[in-house]
Amino acid sequence: MSAVVAEHEHDHEHDHHDHGPAKGILRWIITTNHKDIGTLYLLFALVMFFVGGAMAMVIRAELFEPGMQFVEPQFFNSMTTMHALVMVFGAVMPAFVGLANWMIPMMIGAPDMALPRMNNMSFWMLVAGVLLLASTLFMEGGAPASGWTLYPPLVLQTGKALPFAVFSVHLLGVSSIMGAINIIATIFNMRAPGMTLMKMPLFVWTWLITGFLLVAIMPVFAGAVTMLLTDRFFDTSFFDAAGGGDPVLYQHIFWFFGHPEVYVMILPTFGVASTIIPVFARKPLFGYSSMVYATAAIAFLSFIVWAHHMFTVGLPMAGELYFMYATMLIAIPTGVKVFNWTATMWKGSMTFETPMLFSIAFVVLFTMGGLTGLMMSVAPLDFQYHDTYFIVAHFHYTLVPASVFILMAAGYYWLPKWTGHMYDEKIGKLHFWLSAVSVNILFFPQHFLGLAGMPRRIPDYAVQFADWNMISSIGGFIFGASQLLFLYIVIHTIKGGTGEKVTDEVWEDAAKHGLEWTLPSPPPYHSFTTPPTIIPTEHI
Amino acid sequence: MATHNAYYIPHKATWPVIGTAGLMTMLAGFANYLNGSSIGPTMMVLGLTIFIVMLAGWFTLQAGESESGMYNTKVGISYRMGMMWFIFSEIMFFAVFFGTLYYTRNLSVSWLGGIGDGPGRSTHDILWPAFEAVWPTNGPGKVGGEFEPMGAWGVPFINTLILLSSGVTCTWAHHGLLAQNRQQLIKGLMATVGLGFLFVCLQAFEYHEAYSDMGLTLGSGIYGSTFFMLTGFHGFHVCVGAIILSVILFRSYKGHFKPENHFAFEAAAWYWHFVDVVWLGLFIFVYMM
Ligand code: HEM
Ligand SMILES: [Cu+2]
Repeated sequence: MSAVVAEHEHDHEHDHHDHGPAKGILRWIITTNHKDIGTLYLLFALVMFFVGGAMAMVIRAELFEPGMQFVEPQFFNSMTTMHALVMVFGAVMPAFVGLANWMIPMMIGAPDMALPRMNNMSFWMLVAGVLLLASTLFMEGGAPASGWTLYPPLVLQTGKALPFAVFSVHLLGVSSIMGAINIIATIFNMRAPGMTLMKMPLFVWTWLITGFLLVAIMPVFAGAVTMLLTDRFFDTSFFDAAGGGDPVLYQHIFWFFGHPEVYVMILPTFGVASTIIPVFARKPLFGYSSMVYATAAIAFLSFIVWAHHMFTVGLPMAGELYFMYATMLIAIPTGVKVFNWTATMWKGSMTFETPMLFSIAFVVLFTMGGLTGLMMSVAPLDFQYHDTYFIVAHFHYTLVPASVFILMAAGYYWLPKWTGHMYDEKIGKLHFWLSAVSVNILFFPQHFLGLAGMPRRIPDYAVQFADWNMISSIGGFIFGASQLLFLYIVIHTIKGGTGEKVTDEVWEDAAKHGLEWTLPSPPPYHSFTTPPTIIPTEHI
Repeated sequence: MATHNAYYIPHKATWPVIGTAGLMTMLAGFANYLNGSSIGPTMMVLGLTIFIVMLAGWFTLQAGESESGMYNTKVGISYRMGMMWFIFSEIMFFAVFFGTLYYTRNLSVSWLGGIGDGPGRSTHDILWPAFEAVWPTNGPGKVGGEFEPMGAWGVPFINTLILLSSGVTCTWAHHGLLAQNRQQLIKGLMATVGLGFLFVCLQAFEYHEAYSDMGLTLGSGIYGSTFFMLTGFHGFHVCVGAIILSVILFRSYKGHFKPENHFAFEAAAWYWHFVDVVWLGLFIFVYMM
């Protein structure tokens, strides 16, 4: 096929060769193309980001002042639960799968993903799962209000929503497993000749390892919620001490899934950061192989630290000690990564375009989250922090100015490649500065609130917490509003952006760093119909 | 694109959306049924029907493509990786229930019985100081009433022999395929499928015994829960495996598969061996110990 035919988005004029996309809306429903599916994932994630964001605004509005303001306590708790589930399973994870779909074939020199039909199915399973989840908002008894961890016995008091939530988890699990298997098979089987494992861009590496994590943990979560279902409807006693079961068992199973799950969201984040920083520092990535090994080490450790979420549940002393020391170990490979990103920038000739700004903010603010993590890994200290706003601050630092910022960075970095248009750098920078400042106003005070003893997941609080809550809410509103700029930029860029025609490389010397920059902007419908012969090795 | 040396990439796929719609309808129906709504069963049947039509359609499509030589070796490798990782995810799914058995049996029941310093220990001291840790148990609340645990050496032992021999017949069929001995392939598969369904029948008989004579039900506390959950999910997998093998048998009749190209057979056989190994785990940890 001709390599330069532009056929992105709604442009069907060039649909003359035998394997172009189908016409109209059907194109998006039955597509097997990695770019179409990647676009679907990314747009879906963007929508979910705003849905989950709206829920967060409800939470911050209610917490703006002490006392009950806008919503019922039950609904408030539904909001914290649904906010987390929507953001984790609807926004962050799908966004990274979308990036994987778009970028992995282009980065490894493949024509498409290894299993294109399954690729389509994994996207629609995601939609089905999120639909079931969203439907619970309108049910008798309300949406689940137990927190995203769905702990029994509390969650068993959910109304009609419970089986829907359980089946939604099953569908989301099937979707993630299919997506992960597809990514693993693509990376192992579809690399261009010469693209050896240790020449792959780090984004590809981190996704390979994330794929393993997903295949290993999603069935575990599915098993846990299945037992919730049978405990509620089929008389089993898995989590009921009267029948010889144990509610703490659920927590073990959940966190065996849950801890690796948070790394599912952060490892691809690391991958994108390791891809962007070298390009704007105009240096090869510092310590490529140590990055690969650190990623693998983090993934391995993530399976053996789960009970650090359960320090206060009454574990035997040996368990407390083991999980404390094992958790501290994670800081070592994580430190290696932060060191490498910093060393990559060291004495580089840096420029500060929007993707780089977001990436630098990621390095700084993620480290913040890592440090509070380290504090909580100390079991006796965690007795104070557990279930307070301190932990809310911790994981939001690791997820918002880390995963979400890097997703933004990825958007700015690759949108010109995807669309062939340049985004508006001024508005991009404005979006960055507003986000970077407001995210700290939003989350930093939550450390103080937590240390002072404010519990998480409550709609009302004692008056001594009033000031910091108000500041945090103000930060939240600014942060939420700033994201509309991102929405604007995405739409504007798709529609033509600044009008400036971008080159294949887009960023100065980017082709030295990744194969995707050797393709035209926008790239042809099938990435590499003939495998590329020169493998860029600048990132090694 | 559809030549021998290029990686085959299908361009449009209708079955995935249809299958997803079917599965979603089925699950939403099931959820409605559990909530006591009357449209539940109808939705379940409808969804299941759509899902089965999807499976039939999708697999017919794949089989046709495979037989017409559209898949080169590389495509075959992708499929094999897909199957391998799918089985790995299934292993993790069973691991949850084996883990549950281990945890309750060796840890939490002891704490409930006042041994050790785990989280259930105070439950013992405060709520049920008289409860003693034994296995099998239906807990301090005697949930589900008196029951008799399932022994290992009756039906379960026969079932072990059945599944093990079905593994042998399956491999024998594979040898037949490789040696281009169609008769051996078909006979081996027939024996495997037959043994598979025999296993399911015997297990149904065992469940019937448990419910009607032994007082052992899904509601018999933690013993009943783990027993039926583990054996039940396994039995379900045996059914699925036997159905898959029946399809392979049907395709063998129609002359499908060549010694160098028979991914579907291999996938089915791997799945069958996986189900077999899980059973050995069950026989040891659920029945014997
Ligand atoms: C240096 C690395 C890290 C360490 C040592 C660490 C440690 C911890 C500990 C001990 C807790 C439990 C606190 C409690 O419940 O009292 C926790 C909670 C949490 N962490 Fe981390 N963490 C680290 C990195 C991360 C990363 C990278 C992410 C996500 C991208 C993350 C996400 C979370 C989440 C979501 C929770 C709260 C879960 C909940 O209860 O809802 N953490 N972390
Ligand atoms: Cu954790």
